[in-house]
Amino acid sequence: MDLNTIETVIRPRARADLPDWRAGDACLAGGTWLFSEPQPEMRRLVDLTALGWPSHTVAAEGLTLAATCTIAQLDRLELPPDWIAASLFGQCCRALLGSFKIWNVATVGGNLCMALPAGPMIALAAALEATCTIWAPDGTERHLPAADFVVGPQRNALRPGEILRSLFLPAAALARRAAFRRISLSPNGRSGALLIGTRGSGGAFALTVTASTRRPLRLAFATLPDPDTLHRALADAIPDDLWYDDVHGTPDWRCHMTVHLAQEIRAALADEVSA
Amino acid sequence: MRLTINGHAHAGAPRPGQCLRTYLREAGWFGVKKGCDAGDCGACTVHLDGEPVHSCLLPAFRAEGRSITTIEGLAGPCRPEDPVPDAVHPMQAAFLAAQGFQCGFCTPGMIMTAATLDQGQKRDLGAALKGNLCRCTGYRAIRDAIAGIAHRDTAMSGDPVGRSLPAPAAPEVVTGRARFTLDAPPADALHLRVLRSPHAHARIVAIDTAEAVAIPGVVAVLTHADSPQRRFSTGRHQDPRDDAADTMVLDPVLRFVGQRVAAVVAESVAAAEAGCRALRVTYALRPALRDPDLALNPDAPKVHDPVDRPGHDAPPLMRHPNLAAEVHGAIGNVAAGFAEADVVYEETFRAQRVQHGALETHGCVGWRDPDGRLTLRTSSQVPFLTRDALCDLVGLERDSVRVVCGRVGGGFGGKQEMLTEDLVALAVLRTGRPVLWELTRQEQFTATTTRHPMRLAVKVGARRDGRLTAISLDVLSDTGAYGNHAGGVIHHGCNEVLAVYACPNKRVDGYAVYTNTVPAGAFRGYGLSQTIFALESALDEVARALAIDPFELRRINAVRPGDPMVSNSLEPHDVVYGSYGLDQCLDRVQQALQADPGPEPETGWRAGTGMAMAMIDTIPPRGHHADAQVSLEPDGGVTVRVGTAEFGNGTATVHRQIAASALGIAADRVRVAGADTDAVGHDTGAYGSTGTVVAGLAVLRAAEALAMLIRRRAAALTGAAPDACRLTGGAVETPGGPLALAALGPLAAGGRADGSPRSVAFNVQAFRVAVHPVSGAVRILRSIHAADAGTVINPMQCRGQVEGGVAQAIGAALYEDLAIDAAGRVVTQALRDYHIPACADVPDTEVLFAHTHDSVGPLGAKSMSESPYNPVAAALGNAIRDATGARLTATPFAPDRIFRAVMAGVSGDG
Repeated sequence: MDLNTIETVIRPRARADLPDWRAGDACLAGGTWLFSEPQPEMRRLVDLTALGWPSHTVAAEGLTLAATCTIAQLDRLELPPDWIAASLFGQCCRALLGSFKIWNVATVGGNLCMALPAGPMIALAAALEATCTIWAPDGTERHLPAADFVVGPQRNALRPGEILRSLFLPAAALARRAAFRRISLSPNGRSGALLIGTRGSGGAFALTVTASTRRPLRLAFATLPDPDTLHRALADAIPDDLWYDDVHGTPDWRCHMTVHLAQEIRAALADEVSA
Repeated sequence: MRLTINGHAHAGAPRPGQCLRTYLREAGWFGVKKGCDAGDCGACTVHLDGEPVHSCLLPAFRAEGRSITTIEGLAGPCRPEDPVPDAVHPMQAAFLAAQGFQCGFCTPGMIMTAATLDQGQKRDLGAALKGNLCRCTGYRAIRDAIAGIAHRDTAMSGDPVGRSLPAPAAPEVVTGRARFTLDAPPADALHLRVLRSPHAHARIVAIDTAEAVAIPGVVAVLTHADSPQRRFSTGRHQDPRDDAADTMVLDPVLRFVGQRVAAVVAESVAAAEAGCRALRVTYALRPALRDPDLALNPDAPKVHDPVDRPGHDAPPLMRHPNLAAEVHGAIGNVAAGFAEADVVYEETFRAQRVQHGALETHGCVGWRDPDGRLTLRTSSQVPFLTRDALCDLVGLERDSVRVVCGRVGGGFGGKQEMLTEDLVALAVLRTGRPVLWELTRQEQFTATTTRHPMRLAVKVGARRDGRLTAISLDVLSDTGAYGNHAGGVIHHGCNEVLAVYACPNKRVDGYAVYTNTVPAGAFRGYGLSQTIFALESALDEVARALAIDPFELRRINAVRPGDPMVSNSLEPHDVVYGSYGLDQCLDRVQQALQADPGPEPETGWRAGTGMAMAMIDTIPPRGHHADAQVSLEPDGGVTVRVGTAEFGNGTATVHRQIAASALGIAADRVRVAGADTDAVGHDTGAYGSTGTVVAGLAVLRAAEALAMLIRRRAAALTGAAPDACRLTGGAVETPGGPLALAALGPLAAGGRADGSPRSVAFNVQAFRVAVHPVSGAVRILRSIHAADAGTVINPMQCRGQVEGGVAQAIGAALYEDLAIDAAGRVVTQALRDYHIPACADVPDTEVLFAHTHDSVGPLGAKSMSESPYNPVAAALGNAIRDATGARLTATPFAPDRIFRAVMAGVSGDG
């Protein structure tokens, strides 16, 4: 929709062109959320796509995704065959409420910065132990685990003037076996619970819980927990007020489904040979 | 910036925060629609360098140097005003062949998306089309279009009645040329925006407009001080007294979050919005009534407090000021009936607040004609009743006001209301300038109307042989802050639901109450979808208790021709069995279900079947009038003038077929002009499914009268007897040889229908479902619907009406809930939070028609628009009961709401 209070669009070509941050500023990536709701407080857009960041870089150490990498670009990535967890990429793209037309525009970084509990890029990044690179307004950088980047519903860890630059997904995480489960109130609806399990070659198991909770949670186990242990770990990690409550699922159902899907994932990764 | 649009260079500077959608529309590309303006519905889809994008989400400046294709240019380069191209794109041709649309508002975006799909995407349309919402069709016709399946009958000879002729506007619809309400705005139109109440109940103490009027571009600010003091109802009926006059254009008392506080009229939308933000309003808060169950308590907050309305019409007109309408009736002796029953089932059901979700939001543009007449082009089902209401409101004579509709982007009852026209008229009269007001999707959710939420206590008694001994129904209907349709809905909702059963003892007590929430209004089914959900669920339990097949229970108890049709009183009425096909509907659905119960559920899911039925009067009571004018033009073509708007109901097609049949000419020689208060004398409007049975009857009468005039003129010219002249094949056969129609015109004749007597139409729905015992997810394995629509004038279209009704009702049964929080604020303000069915949510429904010929309707036809909606929720609930043992008593049956009941039912504790 038209954002009629916007007075200026700044299109920086380099980091040095970034303006001093002021109230009413908003970073524009794909714009698929920004332009989807009234934004009466906004006065100025800073178009990050003008910076021309390459969408991704593949290296032996892992995968770097620019914040402005689109969902469509992510879905089309060709990656080393031993990065078997990359099967999650397509699953997480498909978990996006928006259609493939949105994929053409929406960005990985935008999904993280939006910090919606159902944001599937948050689940992907948290499950694969991504590290966020953040540009500070003073010209420095800082790094933050993706799981800590999302603080709560529509609340991220960025301070005023900070910009999410990129995500780094380590090769070790990408080489793990993975299992993905999600549920929503309608077949292609917004995720009510989105869980990802990973299992390392040494047997370590990790479960990432998103969508059903107000912020992503990652539970790590040195070995595969038995069902009771997993259930207890979830109960310990997720107090009642951490279950998310909105029109896409009641907290008790999200809790119920999280436990159910967690056990499915545990069972799927219990087999030592294949997921 | 410079870019290419539809093959031609274009230059223009977008505003900094402008999206591509409005940029393209401002450039004249009106095929780019606004459904949601938020990236959910896809109606604005265009191609950006060949890739489909939602143009409402794309910053316009990003089109710099790019190539844009809109629906108009899909078939090749074109300019904004170019006509329908001779050769259309293959996907446009496919939508033509399948007639993959009804109102057509979603169609440009649907085609632009479909045109880019590869084979893999076409195999999973549920995923590929999740960004394209259609509220009319139920998606089957769209899926068929994309699969290349054709349905339209293209033969132009023979009797057109009973054939699947395409919609007259189809070429315009699929090429983006069809002009909807706001697709032809005056160039110098001002824009109107409204500040809305943040409070559920408050009085405006003061409005400081100084800052707002000082904003450049603001032309006028309208507050309650500018409002006519006359009260009206937004609900429109033939008799305006059917709805309580409780609404003002701008009222100093605010009765729901979202009610108009003040309006700003400005040179641009941006200035109007800025003006609204600059209004300084002082509110005095009042206690708000949120819970309808408390509305009739003596100490409940008064939604319409008599202190606000001293004078002769002050409330309470009822026993309690929060009582908007009531219905009470009884026949026989209900207590005795329950006493003699072998089984009695009693339960309280709840039907939630749902919204129409028409893809075109309400909107209106008004101006003064050169001769000074106030003219409004609006998105309405009731242009004539809107004109009459405006005349009453602003004190103008009927010939001083004209109301017209373009093509209307969906209605579903939501446009049987005057929700924009009053304020636009006031703004035009105040400023003397054209004024345009287009509601946002958010306003559509927070400030238009909904279905009436109801609490329904039903009690049914039956003997061992299945005979019903007594039915009682206690209804509490929440009409929200205003009483539009409160009375009509509760009366209608308590009528046919009972009249269809030949039970000697029946009782109804119903109350419609005011609350401080968004008003309810007319909605497809008009009360019956709620009451039928309750009664047909209860009857399923009765059948189970008696171990009688649910189809058989209906056969035992349903009325048959000869039975009196009695709901809750013995007062005489004008409803007759014009034809009766309920028996066929029950048989055909049952047979189809037995013949093919659908696929087996996935491992771990529970399967079950359920059915329900519905009856509806074919016409609303107490008069529904339509004039039609049919003219033979000098070129031998025929023009049909009606008052009915085309909003996906398909009446333009039906009226064309009726006239062509009566005049013996090819359907494509008939032009239909509708929805203009200048065109005919009167038209009550297209509500209550009357487009075929009332306006269509008027067309038939006018066409038959014209046929008589043509025969007489042919007789006079040839010296033959009129009876010896026959209209056929686009000419008049006379004993002296054929005469071309062009030689006989111009001639014109009128026809009128008055909506009485009325008949009854029937619908039977069955589902086989799979239910996941842990998650509560419901999947439909099989859907079958039989309808008795009398003579089906256009099978393809009538099938579409049934499919669309079933789909919309699946939405209400499984997903939709217009949630309101404790403060009275609508929570679901966007389509991504109010989930209307998408392609993946709607299975194909097998549609079967009973073979009957109605004695009341035109050419044997009956109504078939609202009624397919009505049995769906109960049929789904009954199927879930069969699958899981859980009797669900509240819609929607969303997983998070039903999983506990399902788990208990599956484990035997249900």
